[in-house]
Amino acid sequence: MTVTVFQHARIVDPSRGIDETGTIIVDGKKIAAAGASALNQGVPEGAMIVDCRGKAIIPGLVDGRVFIGEPGGEHRETIASASLAAAAGGVTSIVMMPDTDPVIDNVALVEFVLRAARDTAQVNVFPAAAITKGLEGREMTEFGLMREAGAVAFTDGRRTISNALTMRRALTYARDFGAVVAHETQDRDLASSGVMNEGLYASWLGLPGIPREAETIPLERDLMLARLTRGAYHAAKISTEMSAQAVARAKGEGANVTAGVSINHLSLNENDVGEYRTFFRLSPPLRAEDDRLAMVEALRNGTVDIIVSSHDPQDVDTKRLPFADAADGAIGLETLLGAALRLYHNDEIPLIRLIEALSTAPARLFGLPGGRLSPGAPADLALVDLDEPWIVSEAGIRSRSKNTCFEGARLQGKVLQTLVSGRTVFSAQAGN
Amino acid sequence: MTDAPSLPLYPHRHLLGIRELSPVDIELLLDRADAAVSISRQPEKKTSTLRGRTQINLFYEASTRTQSSFELAGKRLGADVMNMSVASSSVKKGETLIDTAMTLNAMRPDILIIRHQSAGAAALLAQKVGCSVVNAGDGAHEHPTQALLDALTIRRAKGEIARLTVAICGDILHSRVARSNILLLNALGARVKVVAPSTLLPTGIAQMGVEVCATMAEGLKDADVVMMLRLQRERMAGSFVPSVREYFHYFGLDAEKLKAAKDGALVMHPGPMNRGVEIASEIADGPQSVIQEQVEMGVAVRMAVMEALLDPRRNRDRHSA
Repeated sequence: MTVTVFQHARIVDPSRGIDETGTIIVDGKKIAAAGASALNQGVPEGAMIVDCRGKAIIPGLVDGRVFIGEPGGEHRETIASASLAAAAGGVTSIVMMPDTDPVIDNVALVEFVLRAARDTAQVNVFPAAAITKGLEGREMTEFGLMREAGAVAFTDGRRTISNALTMRRALTYARDFGAVVAHETQDRDLASSGVMNEGLYASWLGLPGIPREAETIPLERDLMLARLTRGAYHAAKISTEMSAQAVARAKGEGANVTAGVSINHLSLNENDVGEYRTFFRLSPPLRAEDDRLAMVEALRNGTVDIIVSSHDPQDVDTKRLPFADAADGAIGLETLLGAALRLYHNDEIPLIRLIEALSTAPARLFGLPGGRLSPGAPADLALVDLDEPWIVSEAGIRSRSKNTCFEGARLQGKVLQTLVSGRTVFSAQAGN
Repeated sequence: MTDAPSLPLYPHRHLLGIRELSPVDIELLLDRADAAVSISRQPEKKTSTLRGRTQINLFYEASTRTQSSFELAGKRLGADVMNMSVASSSVKKGETLIDTAMTLNAMRPDILIIRHQSAGAAALLAQKVGCSVVNAGDGAHEHPTQALLDALTIRRAKGEIARLTVAICGDILHSRVARSNILLLNALGARVKVVAPSTLLPTGIAQMGVEVCATMAEGLKDADVVMMLRLQRERMAGSFVPSVREYFHYFGLDAEKLKAAKDGALVMHPGPMNRGVEIASEIADGPQSVIQEQVEMGVAVRMAVMEALLDPRRNRDRHSA
């Protein structure tokens, strides 16, 4: 097997609390050594040497919430196109949501995804399966069999399970298989026809609003059920201070609870909607600036465990519509790291904490092999210039859909090379 | 209009909302509209200001009043007017707003009038077509010509808008008329009060430049103008208010409640009215009502708006884009 030595890199490995200059030796598919003292044994014979002066190496990002159009919506995104976007963004593992057509709610679909990923994907793709059949919120799916087939978590994707008993049983049953139940919460009745954050801005635009309580009320219910059942519950995409407080309280009481936030809710607020810009129509909706700051603080203090892209490709047929008629969602795989690094460059979040939330923590949460640079770990990593500025442009987007919230945005921090199991899947120099 | 060329050039290409207008823009449109009133009162009502120009009315929501007002305004200015009947067109076959807009745009109209149930539809259309766009009502967002015609009606009756107290009563939450009026009346220096059950007030209403009143007695006190809003039928039974009976009892305008306003206060309604729901018949047809004048001013305001947008002094190469 070939050996590659990355020298003089700033190595950021949250799994060992390391942020130091050193060397990473990749031997075949694995990391052989990483850190300041990795060269104690000397450079292995015949190794390829890469000088990484001024650059950083981080464990490849693990994106815990990615919507893909395959099967059923391949015009929006395929597993292959999503994986190209991921590789360009330094993302080496993605957890794929079950909101496909057909829904990933049985063993055959889990196997389909894994097969398609093996044959076409550049990065690791891990399917999350539906909690309920057809995402209908009623009958439980085969957690055990799908878990054995390779489903890494259970979620009803964009949908919220309104029936508390169904949720209780799912949490209880999932516990028997050590499976995480990840849930986006939005009370359907309270949100009603709402399309953006409720407030003065929505009122002037004449758009029906979604109150913050629509997220937090079902979340509070879930957190109580998590305490009752002792099941592993993941609040998949929180966006309000109230939700962060609820999660912090549950964690304080020892519940087996984790939380995620989308990069959009760390970077943007409701004012970005501007004059009915549908690319900024998201679920949960972009909130006020106070909420965004509360999310940053929740990330900093550990209430929020992971950052996700919530990559959600939408085509012109679902976005080139009046705001109220458009679909929710924005792509995010390629801008996840650059947008997150804003928090580092602004001195809001330390780099090691940021990479932990983007890689180490989600890998641990979903039981995935990556997320670390320790010896023996799979060589899933990204070589990054943390300071290089770039401007996001639609023309450069690899995703099949172009609905980015960051068009024209100035980001600082660029992925130069991405490795998955030791294989280079993206190289900025190669221009692929 | 004979004196139109002497008026200052209007600086906007579209009329999407009152928000984008300065007080000067508003006064300019009202001055133009004032002049247009006399045209409709002549036996010979047709002028040639917009001769050769094409106006398309694209109405996604049924609206007899607004659509015929725009149609008549265009015809009195000499424009060729086409009404797109959405109910029987390709829109029913699933064509999107933008595709319809592109198709109509290819026919090279000079002005598109759009009414749509979704907020922001007029702005979306304006981004995609090469001609002027007039918002004739988009969801709960804005209805600028309604606010202008209301202002013209008030100005002709009261002399000026500044320092008047205007009470807007009813379903503020769902009303584009209320939003446009709040913006316009504030721009011209009026004091604006709103009266509604709290379920029909938008979030943040207190920061929208109005005084919020819970009762008609409080809201109509010192009012020079009382604007009533229509309550949609589907919102009457149980969802926002418990019943028509209870709504009329507390918020319907009758002679007793009107006494709280100033003597000679104007009573206005954008129509169509629900008699006995938001307004008693005796008031709607009474001496203080200017509801018919509003309709007349509607034609004048729309003539003024279209003339201002299609001013021949502006460069005419917009089609070449």
